[in-house]
Amino acid sequence: MIQNLDQILVLLQHWLASFLPAAWQGAARAFISAAAIVCVFPALFAVAVWLERKGLGRMQNRLGPNRVGPYGLLQPIADGIKSLTKEDIVPLSADRAVHFLAPVLLVVAAFMGFAVLPMGRNMVLVDLDAGLLFYYAMGASSELAVFMAGWSSRNKYSLLGAMRAVAQMISYEVVLLLSSVVVVMMAGSLSLTKIVESQNQYTWGFPHWYIFTPWGLAGFIMYAIAATAETNRSPFDLPEGESELVAGYHTEYSGFKFALFFLGEYVAMFSISGLGTTLFLGGWSAPFSFLTWIPSWIWFFSKLMLSIFVFIWMRGTLPRLRQDQLMNFAWKFVLPMCLLNLMVAAVWRFMDNYWLRWVVCSAILLLAYEGLGMAELRKKNIGPRSYRYVE
Amino acid sequence: MLGEGILKGMAETARNFFGSYFSADRMTTVEYPEQRIAPFEAARVFPFLVYDAKNPGDAADWEAGLRCVACQICEKECPPKCIYIEKSTGKKPDALGKPQFYPARFDIDISVCMSCQICVEVCPFEAIKMDTEFELSTDDRFGGLLLDRKQLAKSNEYYHQIHLTEANGVDARLAAEKAKAEAKTKAAAGAAAAKATSIAAAAAGEGA
Amino acid sequence: MSDFQTHFASDSEKLEGWNRPAMIAPDGDGELLEVAMGPHHPSTHGVFRMDVALDGERVIRLKPVFGYLHRNHEKIAEGISYLASMPYTDRLDYICPITNNWAYALAVEKLTGQEVPERAEYLRVILGELTRFQNHASSIGFLIQEMGASGTPLMYAFREREKILDLFEELTGARMMVNYMRFGGCRVDASPVWLEKARQVVESLPQFLDEFDRLLSSNEILMARTQGVGMLPAELAVNAGVTGPMLRASGVNYDIRKVDGYGIYNRFNFRVPLGDHGDVYDRYMIRLLEMRESLTILRQALKDLPAGPVMDPKAKIRGFRPKPGEAYGRIEAPKGELGFYLISDGGPNPYRYRVRPPSLINLTILEDMCLGQNVADVVLIFGSVDIVLGEVDR
Repeated sequence: MIQNLDQILVLLQHWLASFLPAAWQGAARAFISAAAIVCVFPALFAVAVWLERKGLGRMQNRLGPNRVGPYGLLQPIADGIKSLTKEDIVPLSADRAVHFLAPVLLVVAAFMGFAVLPMGRNMVLVDLDAGLLFYYAMGASSELAVFMAGWSSRNKYSLLGAMRAVAQMISYEVVLLLSSVVVVMMAGSLSLTKIVESQNQYTWGFPHWYIFTPWGLAGFIMYAIAATAETNRSPFDLPEGESELVAGYHTEYSGFKFALFFLGEYVAMFSISGLGTTLFLGGWSAPFSFLTWIPSWIWFFSKLMLSIFVFIWMRGTLPRLRQDQLMNFAWKFVLPMCLLNLMVAAVWRFMDNYWLRWVVCSAILLLAYEGLGMAELRKKNIGPRSYRYVE
Repeated sequence: MLGEGILKGMAETARNFFGSYFSADRMTTVEYPEQRIAPFEAARVFPFLVYDAKNPGDAADWEAGLRCVACQICEKECPPKCIYIEKSTGKKPDALGKPQFYPARFDIDISVCMSCQICVEVCPFEAIKMDTEFELSTDDRFGGLLLDRKQLAKSNEYYHQIHLTEANGVDARLAAEKAKAEAKTKAAAGAAAAKATSIAAAAAGEGA
Repeated sequence: MSDFQTHFASDSEKLEGWNRPAMIAPDGDGELLEVAMGPHHPSTHGVFRMDVALDGERVIRLKPVFGYLHRNHEKIAEGISYLASMPYTDRLDYICPITNNWAYALAVEKLTGQEVPERAEYLRVILGELTRFQNHASSIGFLIQEMGASGTPLMYAFREREKILDLFEELTGARMMVNYMRFGGCRVDASPVWLEKARQVVESLPQFLDEFDRLLSSNEILMARTQGVGMLPAELAVNAGVTGPMLRASGVNYDIRKVDGYGIYNRFNFRVPLGDHGDVYDRYMIRLLEMRESLTILRQALKDLPAGPVMDPKAKIRGFRPKPGEAYGRIEAPKGELGFYLISDGGPNPYRYRVRPPSLINLTILEDMCLGQNVADVVLIFGSVDIVLGEVDR
């Protein structure tokens, strides 16, 4: 029974495909999975939008939207209707084809990443041997979409915003990759299903998630920072900052295309959180061995929503970093830590003593973190200050 | 340690997030118009004219009971000049029985009024006071916000309802003035009577 | 020599130690990007425009353009009586109406030689310090909002400000446009109920300051964004006539409450925080520390409040004609030195009525602070000057 509940969606997929002749069943199963992804994640997007507005509101001591439907649950629908009915303005001198394709490409690239994420036991759309590589290739195409948007608008401010966004995304792409290479090293495979399988073991009831190792924790933190920067979320949301000079690459978009940018950003957030949970948080595996009776897809989606909540939490608390500061941060702080992390992971792998390797690896990472951090701050004289008083 | 300030900040936000479900201090929203905050007693919005009704609750004799005597001091002192008064041609008796002018026309343009309360301060007759009604939106942009005499006249009972302490003070002051005026007329009558008897006594003395 | 000159006798014409960055010429082939920030802009504090010339990300030239909110305040005051100008002063720096009223009342009292009873002076101090607290709270809140923290600190600051505004409404009848000071005292006396509420509010405010400190003051992103940005050297500040928290953040010890001792400020024990670097972080921290000092003053004033009248019974508030003469009354408003200069010709209206707006005078060195900085920092520097357009434009 538990097995059935866990595999209920897979069984549903097989049952639906069984209506077709045998030759078509494989394609039909793939199509059904794809259709499910395209339906579920926009619905989750509506939930996330609602969650963000209510969550931010509560953090700011106010209610979020609560007029449209009970507790404001129909607010995303109202927002959707609003963006659909707005006039679609395209600037006169804009490149129409590229202007139209940019949001489309963004959304398509964001959705493609879901193809390799294992959302439950046996629930991956395509089980590629190099799934991680495929994911990153698709993620890079979304950067192209951002630049297309800025370029086609024929507006110098949009172009500036787009260039800044692309520069930010490229720098953090490197960090993203390097922080996930550690996982590949330890799991020994690029295939996401194998990575989850290797984390799905338990010792004394505790799971073997990679986050519970020093290099895994460091890798996860750096992955989280890079993920926030990739999806242009606070504190890295200068490209779409409201109070900045340039209003960003989506200035010249209105109506449904703007909604598509918004959708693309949130879907990218889901997919990058999904990858983060797969790599570091054990994907669909349960946190304790006595909890494995809860279906795997429920674990995956709860971890996903937890990551979304952390994104919202960071947005509500942290001010924005300036462009040059975030680039400095990426190249001068996070990247060296990533490379060091790779070496620490190697040390972990080849040290035999179980407890000693914890101490050694944690010590190396903490010292490097402190040292690099202090060096960066002291160079610019940034630090807490004390003030003198006069009577 | 680097990142410590960020973590402290996030802890603070989390505290506010969870606190907003439990303590009123962290969720101060009042969902207007279903919930309303009672106005403070001293709150002032726009002026109104006070009238004393002979029978409390009787709205018919607002014109007769208006305390305003059209002295036009409030019109002169109003900073944005939003009051327009036309004095009457005849007089009618006021609360103390003295014949006074009354305003034939008393208009306040509340789209100009800035609720400064100077008219209330300078009125010698306690005739104009501040109201607390603020839901005055109208869709008539040309006359809807120009209140005339009838719209401005509200009874002394209404004044007691909205500003109790102030109204009691005003009533006490007016009662004291009335008592002083009555005492003065009684003293004057007594002096006149005394003068009349002394003249009569002198005449009688002369005659005898 | 006037007070100001004796305090800052500077015998050199040139500024020493301040090398103003020369007009940085752009690269040969590039042209300057000229941008108008405002008047419709989510981060300018009102209708205000800055014509900025950029070379890449650096600011080469900045010209502030204001006047969008000019309402003829000074000319109107020449046509109406002294009392009728009082509600208009509420609307100058509309975040701090009490201190505007106070400065004007001080000027007229100097003109007519009017004395103020002691209880009125204490009430003025209490309300003035409450105003300073809520002004600094909202100013810091807006600064962080512009930095992009999606308004969370702003909401916390406004939550506390609401408590203070409720106090104002209970005492004076209006939350903001209070019209409270009169020439010779205050309009309305404070009841014991109100005083008790005021004490409770003052007791609850330090908790908010601690919360704010925990939320932001050691936040690395905030420090990275604000330290070293928009530096204002002390000598330039003094020569430009900057006053208020901006001047003290640059290290100059000049607080009119200590210098003039107007009212009864010399009876209170309070300290003046000073900064060292004069950057945005210093201005933010000085405002935060000044909020704490305001609470100290408030506690002392609420404890020592004497009984008595709040208005001199013989004072005329309307229909008076001051003798011909002139007077300048100034106070330490939350934004700086707010002064009213009145010339009377013996008539019921002033002959000349002039406001010394601290926001405008603090704004004059905006360009010097922003030259060579990143365009993203212009918004922050502008926010740290803490202006209110009602005062700049009058």
